[in-house]
Amino acid sequence: MVNVTRGFRSRRFATDDRLPPGQYLTDGFPVLSAGPTPAVPQDEWSFMVRNGGQVLRSWAWDEFMALDAQDITVDIHCVTRWSRLDTTWRGVAVDDLLADVDTAAEYVLARSYGGYTTNLPLEDLLDGKAWIAYEHDGEDLPPEHGGPARLLIPHLYLWKSAKWIKSLDLVEDDDPGFWETLGYHDYGDPWREQRYQGD
Amino acid sequence: MTARRAETATASTLCLRVEDWNGHLPGQHVDVRLTAPDGYQAARSYSLAAPAAGGVDGVLEITVQRLPDGEVSAFLTDDLVVGDRLELRGPLGNWFVWQQDDPAPVLLVAGGAGLVPLMSMIRARDRAHIPTPFRLIHSVRTPDDRIYADELERLAAQPGGPSVTWLYTRTAPQTDKRRPGRLRPNDLNDGSNWTLDAAPTCFVCGPTGFVEEASNHLLAAGHHANRIRTERFGGR
Amino acid sequence: MTEHRDGNSLAGALADIFAAEITSAQVQCRACGLATTLAQLLVYGPEPGYVGRCPGCAEHVLRVAKTPAGTWLDLGGSTSLLFSTMAPSPTGAASSARTGRVSS
Repeated sequence: MVNVTRGFRSRRFATDDRLPPGQYLTDGFPVLSAGPTPAVPQDEWSFMVRNGGQVLRSWAWDEFMALDAQDITVDIHCVTRWSRLDTTWRGVAVDDLLADVDTAAEYVLARSYGGYTTNLPLEDLLDGKAWIAYEHDGEDLPPEHGGPARLLIPHLYLWKSAKWIKSLDLVEDDDPGFWETLGYHDYGDPWREQRYQGD
Repeated sequence: MTARRAETATASTLCLRVEDWNGHLPGQHVDVRLTAPDGYQAARSYSLAAPAAGGVDGVLEITVQRLPDGEVSAFLTDDLVVGDRLELRGPLGNWFVWQQDDPAPVLLVAGGAGLVPLMSMIRARDRAHIPTPFRLIHSVRTPDDRIYADELERLAAQPGGPSVTWLYTRTAPQTDKRRPGRLRPNDLNDGSNWTLDAAPTCFVCGPTGFVEEASNHLLAAGHHANRIRTERFGGR
Repeated sequence: MTEHRDGNSLAGALADIFAAEITSAQVQCRACGLATTLAQLLVYGPEPGYVGRCPGCAEHVLRVAKTPAGTWLDLGGSTSLLFSTMAPSPTGAASSARTGRVSS
């Protein structure tokens, strides 16, 4: 340990068995962004499922709102060490969006308005583990938190829950996304503290 | 830290003695890094507020604005005591810097705590008795939010001293003719030769939104983009 | 407006890996071709990493992340960096960054 600053304490205080290792609890909802918040009006929004550049499914906002939605209460964990418990969302299960899609792909590259990307194993998006969410706390999802709609995949660090989601691209290879090409983990399980490559 | 003094209700200046400091340029900053016993670290950038004082061991000054929920700023303004040691890196940055041998007049535009690196320029000019014309425009919420106000008034009253104007966004002194409010184009383009004839080098520093507005006003007034140097420290 | 700063704030993070002071270098955006001083990039971060974006087109020009493995640097959004020999030399002081130790 080098150069400990006298009197300085980290914010890692809570020991709650719902907190993954190295995380602290926060009441707020910090905004981390890697770029300007994209302005995507609902009437210009669309969401696609693609495979090899081919559009398999596509929804406009009204079509998306007509899909069966679920209310979701989950804990979320950010790689920058804050966690929030019992956050509430409303959105469409990815299972429903990928129903009847026949693919040999094992991975997904999530793409966002504004150019952000993140890579995920396809199986992690299925079986009720991931949603495209468009409400938070009973309100329309605010733009700074990813509105109109974001991916919500709470069992992985929050950078995997791509804000401003635009498409899920089914791919054969696990090609790293925006943060994964800059030292962050390809999978990102908070319970195994998979923050960085090699963790 | 050798001393700390309050500048306003929420801002404090810290004096830091550093072994073997080789000096720095007006406008440069340092990164301060705090380390907790469990290894957690937090780092922030702070502009140097003055030329280094002292001999081989430089005495540096940084002015810290205490932010609500500011993990580092609250520690530096509330918890650090004289005699404590800090880890810092610097001097940093070579672009947002006033070259003292540049004869061009200098227009300084500051929003809030964005005055700190510009004050370093004003103090460097004063200590080296440099005649380059300086003009400072400092935007603050209320008169109580002015940092370095007494020193600036004293410098401005001296022959050849800098011209200093305060703009108030919320509450102005009764004697102030300007209606309180955000920066307006004619705040920076008042018809004097400062705007164009003198072709000043412009240094703009403050919250990101303020810097965008101020530099847009300067461009609209005819200043050349390559004469405007900006430093944004985030926020709205 | 989303909170961002500018390239001046990258000086410390990049002082680890560049011998020359980098914020006064000129960087050209690969997406739109705009050449700008690195200090004038729009910078988001520092966590999970710094993202320096072009003030002209907002594409990312450089990215920096600090992880336990070291400093990750991506310059793929730029075509070139120019460290000018014409840059005015700082007056009377060392310009390179170093780590200072503060004594009480």
